Amino acid sequence: MIDVLSNLDRRWVFAAMFVAVGWPILSGVRFKEEPSEGVRRVFRAIEDLPEGSTVLMALDYDPSSQGELQPMASAFTRHAAERGHKIYFMTLWPAGSPMIERSLRIVEQEYPDYVYGEDYVNLGYAPGLEGAIKAVVDDLRGQFATDARGNSLDSMPLTEGLRNIQNMDLLVNVSAGDPGAKQWVQYAATPHDIAMVTGTTGVQAPSLYPYIPEQLDGVLGAIKAAAEYEQVLSVAYPKFAESVKAQEGLRRMGPQLVAHLLMIGLIVVGNVIYFVERSRGPGGRR
Amino acid sequence: MKRTVPLFLAAATGFVLIVASFVPAAGSWGKYAVDWFNILAALAFVLGGGSLLSQHLKKISDQQAGWGYSLVTVVSFLATLVVGLGKFGVAPPTLHPDKVWAGDYKEAGSGFSWIFDYLYTPLAATMFSILACFVASAAFRAFRAKNVEATILLVTAFIVLLGRTYAAIWIGDQADWLASQVVDPAIWHPYVTGLRLDKLTETIMDVFNTAGTRAIMIGIALGIVSTSLKVLLGVDRSYLGSDDR
Repeated sequence: MIDVLSNLDRRWVFAAMFVAVGWPILSGVRFKEEPSEGVRRVFRAIEDLPEGSTVLMALDYDPSSQGELQPMASAFTRHAAERGHKIYFMTLWPAGSPMIERSLRIVEQEYPDYVYGEDYVNLGYAPGLEGAIKAVVDDLRGQFATDARGNSLDSMPLTEGLRNIQNMDLLVNVSAGDPGAKQWVQYAATPHDIAMVTGTTGVQAPSLYPYIPEQLDGVLGAIKAAAEYEQVLSVAYPKFAESVKAQEGLRRMGPQLVAHLLMIGLIVVGNVIYFVERSRGPGGRR
Repeated sequence: MKRTVPLFLAAATGFVLIVASFVPAAGSWGKYAVDWFNILAALAFVLGGGSLLSQHLKKISDQQAGWGYSLVTVVSFLATLVVGLGKFGVAPPTLHPDKVWAGDYKEAGSGFSWIFDYLYTPLAATMFSILACFVASAAFRAFRAKNVEATILLVTAFIVLLGRTYAAIWIGDQADWLASQVVDPAIWHPYVTGLRLDKLTETIMDVFNTAGTRAIMIGIALGIVSTSLKVLLGVDRSYLGSDDR
């Protein structure tokens, strides 16, 4: 048995992972979440702002990581709209514009009273990587002559007086890498004392924890935190508890649970093989 | 000359940005540097496109190993370029219905949007998802408790893997129930709550991980300062390539 497992073709491992992820998705199995203090901190950052506060929503990711980050972007958008905040969308990633469109659709479909140009606006893609952050911090008009739809910024109430982002009440960033959360902290939030929260991939989150709480109010790390955020949102706003669309993160925790259990199982089996082979001595098979 | 001019440009740009950052009166210099960066980046896109085409067309014409992939690359590149620049499927804007080319190439229903939504998005997501299979396979074959350090890493990984799922909550609830059968929860609960797997995971991430990451970040920052200075002062010229002529 040990010898069979020791020489197991890796395609069996791939197949097991496929089943571990596929079964919970198809069965729709769901689990409750207990939001951590870190997630509650992020929630309070948006919740405690007075109605009508200005929120810059920087969505710096692309389709590669939308499975992990779109639930966060959607939850942030719903929360900000629910609180009646003024939302400015932008992205530093060339493939980020369609990601913004997904959030815009949420506003358009679920908040029909929200008026484009008065309550929310899509500034679109800002080229220049971290240089673009410096640009919007100092001189937004130099970076964006119009919004993403070609409207002059002077023609919309939300942007006509906007010269830079230094007076934003909150900076919300959803980030899959560079440029992203770290650069927003370094070039915008810290030098200009702008309150900031971020949602990031699990890989990136550990590098952002050192910024809490001075330079970052909170971090949502990976899909687990997205699910917890949806849970807090559902408790605060019960209408989200009945909306399937508002529970994308929660739905993805089923596959995460089974996949993690599989990983643990594989590591345990791998170590059993290792210790059995070690006990047999060099080159010894029985 | 071939090396002096790039060295001078790199040094001048670097020092301009440093001065712009520390001297308020020179703050606008940085903005001009960013404008220059954008112009150069736009030209680099054209160069990159040309380079991609020449590399892959040569591979196809020579029928080198894997030339079929190059064919797919070239066809995909040109098709996306033509559909985007040609604004296929883009409706004229409502305000200017007579200006058929004034619509946004990314608008819903356009050819480019279709390519993005139904080709690029699933392909990119698939590539990222496949990582789960490779990570699982690598963990099975390589994640062994060979020594004390590896064992600590292994135990930490177990805690975090479980702590990131409902399993941690379930295990914690079961442990709570079992313990409450023996001792009054009011006595022990305040002392052991932090030992639940979900709480332990938070502690690992917030304390141990943050301390380690902070140390690494400070080290990296110091390294960046020293490397940048070497580049700006022309001591480190490796970015110019190995040609010494």
